[in-house]
Amino acid sequence: MSSLVLIVILGLYLGMLFFIAHWAEKKEGSPMTNNPYVYTLSLAVYCTAWTYYGSIGVAADSGLSYLPIYLGPVIIAPAWIIILRRIIRISRINKISSIADFISLRYGNSRFLGAIVTVICLTGIVPYIGLQLKAIAETFHVVTQTPIRTNIFDDNTTYVAIALALFASYYGTRYVDASEKRRGIVTAVALESILKLVFFVVVGLYVTYGVYNGFDDIYQKAQHLPDFVARNTIGGLPQAMNWGLLCILSMFAIFLLPRQFHVAVVENNRENHLKTAVWLFPLYLLIFNLFVYPIAWGGNILFEGKSVNSDAYSLLIPMHFQNTAMAVLVFLGGFSAAISMIIVSSIGLSNMLTNNVLIPYNLLGNLSGSEQSINSRRIITSRKIGIFCLIILAYLIYRFFGLDYNLVSIGMVAFVIIAQLGPSFFGALFWRRGSRLGAIWGIIMGFVICVYTLLLPYAMGTTNTNAHFINEGLWGFSLLKPFKLFGLDYLQPVPHALFWSLFFNFITYFAVSVSFKGNYRERNYAEMFVDINRYSTNHENAFIWKGTAYKNDIEKVLVRFMGEERTRRAMNIFNVKYNVDQKQELADARLVKFAENLLTGYIGTASARILIASVVKEEKITLPEVLKILEESKENIIINKKLTETSRELQELTAKLKEANDSLIQKDQQKDEFLDTVTHEIRTPITAIRAASEILIEDEEIPEELRKQFLQNIISESDRLNRLIDKVLDLEKFETGKQEIHLAAHPIMETIEKAVEPLQQLISNKNIAVHLEGKATLVAWYDEDRIFQVVTNLVSNAIKFSPDENGLIVIAVHEKPDAIEVQVRDNGKGIAKGDFETIFDKFYQSTNQNFKKPIGSGLGLAICKQIIEMHKGQIWAANSSTGGACLHFTLPKKEQL
Amino acid sequence: MRKILIVDDEPNIVMTLEYTFKKNNFEVFIARDGQEALEILKSQLPDVIILDIMMPLVDGFETLQHIRQNEQLNHCKVIFLSAKNKESDIEKGLALGADAYLTKPFSLKKVVEKVTDLLA
Repeated sequence: MSSLVLIVILGLYLGMLFFIAHWAEKKEGSPMTNNPYVYTLSLAVYCTAWTYYGSIGVAADSGLSYLPIYLGPVIIAPAWIIILRRIIRISRINKISSIADFISLRYGNSRFLGAIVTVICLTGIVPYIGLQLKAIAETFHVVTQTPIRTNIFDDNTTYVAIALALFASYYGTRYVDASEKRRGIVTAVALESILKLVFFVVVGLYVTYGVYNGFDDIYQKAQHLPDFVARNTIGGLPQAMNWGLLCILSMFAIFLLPRQFHVAVVENNRENHLKTAVWLFPLYLLIFNLFVYPIAWGGNILFEGKSVNSDAYSLLIPMHFQNTAMAVLVFLGGFSAAISMIIVSSIGLSNMLTNNVLIPYNLLGNLSGSEQSINSRRIITSRKIGIFCLIILAYLIYRFFGLDYNLVSIGMVAFVIIAQLGPSFFGALFWRRGSRLGAIWGIIMGFVICVYTLLLPYAMGTTNTNAHFINEGLWGFSLLKPFKLFGLDYLQPVPHALFWSLFFNFITYFAVSVSFKGNYRERNYAEMFVDINRYSTNHENAFIWKGTAYKNDIEKVLVRFMGEERTRRAMNIFNVKYNVDQKQELADARLVKFAENLLTGYIGTASARILIASVVKEEKITLPEVLKILEESKENIIINKKLTETSRELQELTAKLKEANDSLIQKDQQKDEFLDTVTHEIRTPITAIRAASEILIEDEEIPEELRKQFLQNIISESDRLNRLIDKVLDLEKFETGKQEIHLAAHPIMETIEKAVEPLQQLISNKNIAVHLEGKATLVAWYDEDRIFQVVTNLVSNAIKFSPDENGLIVIAVHEKPDAIEVQVRDNGKGIAKGDFETIFDKFYQSTNQNFKKPIGSGLGLAICKQIIEMHKGQIWAANSSTGGACLHFTLPKKEQL
Repeated sequence: MRKILIVDDEPNIVMTLEYTFKKNNFEVFIARDGQEALEILKSQLPDVIILDIMMPLVDGFETLQHIRQNEQLNHCKVIFLSAKNKESDIEKGLALGADAYLTKPFSLKKVVEKVTDLLA
């Protein structure tokens, strides 16, 4: 295939990715781009060109040893639910945008530590990016069957690299806040993960079933090849140790690789997506590995005796059969794998570079004095240039240093270097005592060992495989042989280097941390990291800080990076969250932490601390105080268990208190409403009295008849006022429990008759018929005066609501198994359905009545309810079958114990 | 003769207002709640409406909203006369477009004065 055609295909492919990224950026927040599947697929950025081509090479050349790279993540994946969730939570709360931020924040916003982590990552990852470019370049030349040009300006792959660098730097730096999500990139990466898997499975099927007759056929033919058995057995304890160490290496890598940290933590927008990732990601790796073996051994059979690069089997096999279309598909799959890694890694690295090296060491100039727009532009530009330069640098490394080892070995070296972050990283999560110095010296120590046992010999190995240094050890000390350090001779170079570097790294981290206490900031963050669940909603409270700071000064700093509008919004959120008065001038620890957090996304943890520190006056917390905090935390650990218990009890108590408080507030409101209504109800008769009196006193010509009417009104309104006051006092007595009741057995019918008697006048005035139904022998347990009151009330209501003609009131008493039930029915209009409950509310009548207001206080039924409830009976309303209202109440038959 | 509509559900209060305004040469209409008032306003265009707030069915606030939607009643002055004397109620009443807000208990003399003022 001609180079031009392939370049056009690549152009179209990149164009499509551009389009997808652009589309996803616009659809931000839509379920199409924001779901657990996109998240999991983006994690598959783990599978680079190395997986795509390199694992076939390893499987072909050395058999099983390609597997640990996938086994490690599969083994550790279930633990994500705990560990990764914790990392995500810490990072989200603290607006962490890279692993360098993560580590430097935990060890007290350490600028130096952030820089070291960045350097480690750059050392490990830039060659690794070079490796991806190498894979693209070499496979490009395989597919086009052209030689690699020695002049890089003649080589087409150079321009592919430049295009990639431009794409990444454009899409990777849309926001100044590095902790912002980049939906575009993530969606494109997820799509590429699907494509590389599909293309790989397609070529796998092609080789297994197109070229051969299935797995059995390949196995039958392959087992006759020399070395087949040797390459496909683990082979004794030493080999198993190699294997085990490689598994551990890849477990570290899945957490620590900057690109994994970026997609798994920084780009995570829902913790629950982990639940899907935990099973889907291992499944993805499994499917990917299904066809590694068939392709590898299929290639071994096909190219037996010829010298071909086994890494390229998946391309060479289809090309051997002139299947160019298949080869292009495979190439695109590999291209996808490579560019996902390149783009995500370079974005992560360039964020680290700006936030943890350039800005904290003032290499971008003084940001604290400039305007927001200038600062933002400067930061974004430096990130853009950073991404571009990193990719170009990687390409140059590949071109000039050749990277002659096969894909896997260089990837492994990168893994070992990155693994040096392991002790301080995991220590950050689980160990409170881990200190800044411990982390720094651990990482340096591990890195030095790494250089000695891996980088140096590899670098020399490219030129001189028989170097004296490698075979005899440094200065001839055999204990210092780089591949057999301290006589450890049965491990392969990579596991060997991993073992010793991590060993010294860990020991140093531990020893230094235990010997030298960290400062209070470290301890403070240790507390927050280890106990993140306790602080996840109010972590600003967990921050210890002493000193004087003015809100104004802090706001000014924020404005320089976030702009006026965003700063104002953020401050509002803070004020509301912590209930802080807007006018308060002094800032407290919470605001200092809040501001540092906001800035972290823009300029990294260390610079955030430095900037905020420059406008606040921090008092040194004295040694005794630090010791006290430490002592307290130590005690905390001892009584932790007890505390958890107590805190649960406290929580319950708090819930109860809250409930009580709520009900008090509600009662208060009810009381207010009640008072409002009472005043209104009192004012109404007073108004009538006052107005009538005013006429009587001013107007001497008033006709005699009217004069009498007004005087009559004054009397009746005064009575009304008096009744109202009585009722209010009554109700108050019942509600506060001051009203005593004298319970005894009484014949209920007799009480009812006594209560109806005084109402006879009203009844006959309205021509109402009253029926009493019930056995005279029925006895209930009650206070007669009070039930007298209830019956009077219910019957007067019935009278009020009876129609003007043919009114009928029925009072019926029934015996129930454990109570006596009394019903008072009328044949009026009945009660509106929604009002069955509300009629027992105080002053219900004054707002909700569909005919003219009858005379009454509006408190009658409320009082009845109180009385019946004091008797432990029930009262409720319903409509009778004929449509009139029917009030029911029950009374106990005997004394209730 | 000028017309006045009194809307209140307290007959004894209405009686005093009716007597007083009749004496002051008004033609008096009476409604016992908002609904009745709106009914009367279909056939009558009073110069002043005196409106209670806490009434069954349609309360005073709602009644006023209906009145202000009717263009024919544009010229009509509305005075709230209510026992609700909280600042917030007064503000609400005036915001809805009442011309005055008097609280109960009231002095008849002042009510008449206010009405005369508004009509002047």
